[in-house]
Amino acid sequence: MAGVAEKLEECRAGGRSGLATYVMAGHPNVSATKAAVRGMVRGGADIIELGYPFSDPLADGPVIHNSATVAIKGGMTIKSYIEIVKFARRITDVPLITMTYSNIFERHTYDALISRLVNAGIDGIIIADMPVDESASYVSSARRLRAETVFLASPNTSRARLGRIAAASSGFVYLVGVYGTTGQRKKVAPYTLEAIRAAKRTIKDTAVGVGFGISTPQDVAMCVRAGADAVIVGSPIVRIAAESPPGRIEARVASYVAGLRRATQRR
Amino acid sequence: MKGRFGKYGGRYVPETLVPALEELESAFYKYRREASFKRQLKQLLSEYAGRPTPLYHAKNLSDEAGGAQIYLKREDLLHGGAHKINNTLGQALLARRMGKKYIVAETGAGQHGVATAMACACLGLDSRVYMGSTDMARQKLNVLRMNMLGAAVSPVSSGSKTLKDAINEAIRYWLANVKTTHYLLGSAVGPHPYPEMVREFQSVIGREIRSQMRRIKKNPSSIVACVGGGSNAIGTFHEFVDTDAELIGVEAGGGGLRSGRHSATLGTGSRGILHGMMTYVMQNSEGQIGSTHSVSAGLDYPGVGPEHSWLKDAGKVDYRTATDRQAVNAFMVLARTEGIIPALESSHAVAEALRIAPSMKKSEAIVVTLSGRGDKDVDVVGEWMTGHGRRSRKT
Repeated sequence: MAGVAEKLEECRAGGRSGLATYVMAGHPNVSATKAAVRGMVRGGADIIELGYPFSDPLADGPVIHNSATVAIKGGMTIKSYIEIVKFARRITDVPLITMTYSNIFERHTYDALISRLVNAGIDGIIIADMPVDESASYVSSARRLRAETVFLASPNTSRARLGRIAAASSGFVYLVGVYGTTGQRKKVAPYTLEAIRAAKRTIKDTAVGVGFGISTPQDVAMCVRAGADAVIVGSPIVRIAAESPPGRIEARVASYVAGLRRATQRR
Repeated sequence: MKGRFGKYGGRYVPETLVPALEELESAFYKYRREASFKRQLKQLLSEYAGRPTPLYHAKNLSDEAGGAQIYLKREDLLHGGAHKINNTLGQALLARRMGKKYIVAETGAGQHGVATAMACACLGLDSRVYMGSTDMARQKLNVLRMNMLGAAVSPVSSGSKTLKDAINEAIRYWLANVKTTHYLLGSAVGPHPYPEMVREFQSVIGREIRSQMRRIKKNPSSIVACVGGGSNAIGTFHEFVDTDAELIGVEAGGGGLRSGRHSATLGTGSRGILHGMMTYVMQNSEGQIGSTHSVSAGLDYPGVGPEHSWLKDAGKVDYRTATDRQAVNAFMVLARTEGIIPALESSHAVAEALRIAPSMKKSEAIVVTLSGRGDKDVDVVGEWMTGHGRRSRKT
């Protein structure tokens, strides 16, 4: 089982950028999530992000917010989330990342929750509302328990701050490519590509992944050309999991992810 | 530590907002000391908003309670009908100094939305206000006022469709428009510097109370204010923390704490992170934020300002609750005895004063911050009286 950083290194050696795909655990139900994970594996995702729902997800647009609401209503708890993680770990050895909000960790405590996640097979953690300034106890707990910490950056993040974010990050730095929340955009904006280039100029020792608003192979290819070491896609997969008949989720996710993966080749 | 009240407060936000909060923080620290900013704000507060507000000795209400003398700090007489204008004028002025032309805000009962729309009209800024669709239905009057004042009102139908979700949507809008827009948060909640900044703009309430009490040569034994997010309470208490006065914050007890339908965040909640701050929140064992209830939309919030969390733990303020029934009763008593119709939010504070006054000496003084007027609530109270009339006759 390779960590997130090793996996991205392996992708680079193969002349590609990494593809990270996201699904919300328990949306619309646990078996749909498992089907989506199987589809991601079949489609060739390099990293799988398993979202854990929070009732008030500030950084998320309507698709993922709604998926969180459905998952919570459906009874998603840490206990059932751990089962999904274990399932994913059984069927694949790609790195697994937990993505959620700070209150979930605050409630369960960092030590207790991170150790449960790591024991179940999680490699890294993304906390959408956790800036580096507030991260001391989170990072020390994660380091001790050997979880990689992915921090977020934004197009308006200063160079000095990018350095601090990179220093606190392991795995990669998650560049939020747009101003706004998660969810589909018409196409990748020029300022997003400029933000990727700027992040790559500043951050030398950590990979840079870009996400938010990326949904098509064309989007992926543009980000790869701009220098992104990884591209992250979420909302479209969440939508496939919600809108497909249960028997079709795996195949649809697989073919969608395979299309994205082909676009990760560096030319 | 900067931005912290003990372990509470902080700045738990998506990274995109960090530069905006840093910019806001440095602008606030700069202009709060600048003579021309202070002069302009003072002038707006006095000539536009109507400060200072009176401290009224409510003799009839005191007789009705039979004990301590009750003094009402009349924030309900401010322009717009609530203390909210103290903060919106301050922040709108700050936004202008920062070169922002657009304002986004949330509102619960609509009082902050109205005060935002007024301050923006007055200072030439464009405003958009997010409001839960449940709150829009129960506070129609304020929706109409906002429209007339030129604000764009956006309904929020996610989650509980109340204040909590309106804050989520306002923050999301800010994420997408962060370069041109100032987020004019209406309570002493949210990420640093909001709790400190809103307290500063609201603490004019407590400063006036102190000098008005000095003028009548009295020291208040108790000072009472209602707490939702807690801006009128922190503005009232700040001047009196570590004095002899007993400080009492009153949360919405809804149908009673045992009913599970209430908004007593400090009374029953636990430490968590919501809307960018570490504070007491209402949450379940999994860390999901709970739903709240109050007859007053302005107190219907599962979080609370982080400074209140600290004041509670430090034992400097006593936080209690008044139920929907007690609040509506206080609303009626104040209307009948004094000819003052209080906001349902403020009625919670009045209810607590009515409760404690009888056991106090006639020479003692209770100050109640009457944070707003109740015109917006007459429909809700009317319906409540009809719905509960039969039951209350039996008891």
